[in-house]
Amino acid sequence: MRSLVVLLLVGALVAALAIALAVGPYPLSLSDVLHGAARALGFEDGTPAPGEIVFGRVRLPRVAAGMLVGAALAGAGAAYQTLFRNPLVSPDILGVASGAGLGAVAGILLSLPVAGIQGLAFVGGLATVALVYLIAAALRGHDRTLVLVLGGVVVGALAGACISLVKIMADPYDQLPAITFWPLGSLGGVKLGDLAVTAPLVLVGLVPLVLWRWRIGVLSLGDDEARALGVDVTKLRAAVIAAATLMTASVVAISGVIGWIGLMIPHIARMLVGPNFSRMLPAAMLLGAAFMLVVDTTARSLARVETPLGILTAVLGAPFFLWLLARGRKTWG
Amino acid sequence: MRQHMKCLHVLRQALIAAACLLSTALAAREVEDATGRRIVLPDQVTRVMAAGPTAAVVLYVLAPGKMIAWPSAPRPNEREFILPAVRDLPELGRLTGRGDTANVEVVLKARPDVIFDYGSVSPTFSSLAARVQEPTGIPYLLIDGRLDRTPASLRRLGGALGVADRAEAIARYVEETERMIDDRLKDVPASARGRVYLAREPNGLETGLTGSINTEIIERAGGINVAERGNARGGIANVSIEQVLAWAPDTIITWDAHFYAGYANEPVWAAVPAVRDKRVFLAPRLPFGWIDAPPSINRVIGLRWIAGLLYPDKFPEDIRSVARDFIKLFYQAEVSDVQLDRILAGAQPGGRGR
Repeated sequence: MRSLVVLLLVGALVAALAIALAVGPYPLSLSDVLHGAARALGFEDGTPAPGEIVFGRVRLPRVAAGMLVGAALAGAGAAYQTLFRNPLVSPDILGVASGAGLGAVAGILLSLPVAGIQGLAFVGGLATVALVYLIAAALRGHDRTLVLVLGGVVVGALAGACISLVKIMADPYDQLPAITFWPLGSLGGVKLGDLAVTAPLVLVGLVPLVLWRWRIGVLSLGDDEARALGVDVTKLRAAVIAAATLMTASVVAISGVIGWIGLMIPHIARMLVGPNFSRMLPAAMLLGAAFMLVVDTTARSLARVETPLGILTAVLGAPFFLWLLARGRKTWG
Repeated sequence: MRQHMKCLHVLRQALIAAACLLSTALAAREVEDATGRRIVLPDQVTRVMAAGPTAAVVLYVLAPGKMIAWPSAPRPNEREFILPAVRDLPELGRLTGRGDTANVEVVLKARPDVIFDYGSVSPTFSSLAARVQEPTGIPYLLIDGRLDRTPASLRRLGGALGVADRAEAIARYVEETERMIDDRLKDVPASARGRVYLAREPNGLETGLTGSINTEIIERAGGINVAERGNARGGIANVSIEQVLAWAPDTIITWDAHFYAGYANEPVWAAVPAVRDKRVFLAPRLPFGWIDAPPSINRVIGLRWIAGLLYPDKFPEDIRSVARDFIKLFYQAEVSDVQLDRILAGAQPGGRGR
């Protein structure tokens, strides 16, 4: 039964992948696709035809980025939800999105090139979560989870205020539209080079989640129970937060903030395979990749201009989430 | 019958003239702004405040001596093109009635005779203007900032501010530029029109859709903006590089120095016809933007620049001397060859030595 679910998820991902590669504003021939793929793998050189460039350097990286972003956000969301024992938690609960947003917006204000904006977004996301964690560690004697979440809310609000301040200082004709667009998320500008940096970072974040999947699952029983089973709760929690934050910050740096995926997809995964983290993590990542592909394909085929991804995920995600709530089935534990 | 008609005509002319005289005598300084609000101005307007950046350019061009502040002060690289007495004026922020950065008390302390804004004249802005005017008691004029209304708006403003001659000279220049473009391009069929993509942002993937205030001068200069609006509202939008390839523009205009410096190293951009044919141009931004930033009368030189880029045979004049004359007439600055080189860096075909 469970393996059937995984098989179905893989099938859905492959179908979404095929559609995502086939659909786009630039018409492609089969030869473009084959040559473009061969070139992307390094089997061909010489001057490529425009169609090959579209397939190999535009659509392929974009589709790969979509899968990476979706899988990373959903995986991080699954880790956070298990860690906080709460299905309403998303990867930005500790302020990673607002921090990354502030970093990116500062980069736009300083007129940095794209790589600089992405770098600042990445650093901003990591720094914000580190700050939240330090605040929570300093406030001993309170409920750890509560202090972490409240710290995330406070620091996130601060970052939001700083973003508004930057908006006032920005050039209204040049920088302000970009500052408005960035937090809405897009894969329109992703290049192969971005993936070469981002994919290893996501992988580094994923390794501890996979290696310690049993112990992370034990965390969902509660701190005391986990301690009784011999888990160093404090260290493990820090490691999971660091890993999930690394995954989120690195994809948010190239895609901008894309809401709902990290909240909704782990939820669905839990409905499909149950709350066991070692099964939920791969299911969430597969589902997240497939969902992101569907959303991004929609985003670039709805109109000639891009529809920001954050808008689409919210429009698709909000009603679905309400439906989940209305069904009222207990899917936790 | 014919005689009768002529008689009537003369009578009507006389009546109109009399009515005009009468109205000016009764309300010497009541003016109507672009939204139909009637506003009483002092006889002598000597201190004028521009509500936002678009108005600031118009005010600087028409009556620099009456300017009392900048909404945002000129940046260091712009200062050298601005009259010394004006470039050091204080920065007071925007006062358009919404999202203001100007403090009303500070504005009152600066004692403007009149505040005016140059731009959208929708009912929203009309009521916002009234909301600024009512508590402060300072007359607030709204002037229509649409490109095709420029000459009429300049004359209206010139009358209100008491600089009718200067406004007439500038309005004539605008009219002559527009007429020249229309005359020289009237035989160019739609199929031979230049297809232009406006690249914004370092990645070049932000653009302005057709009809947007950010790109309207491309269309006015006889080009086709490839970013068709479709069913979207005209404005700034993000697009994918794949869509740019599908549009296949033959000219790219950017104002982002990072994009201009970097696109050549991107294999993806190399497949765009404009890049292949080395027709990517960096829009000048000094002392005010040539195509936008702000969308005010500073764009008039952009019309000539883009028309010259797209139809070099029809516009053989050297853009250097056109720009020099424009900057002298509009901004009262004499630019040297070195300054012109800096202004026009990247803005001319073959200017990059590639």
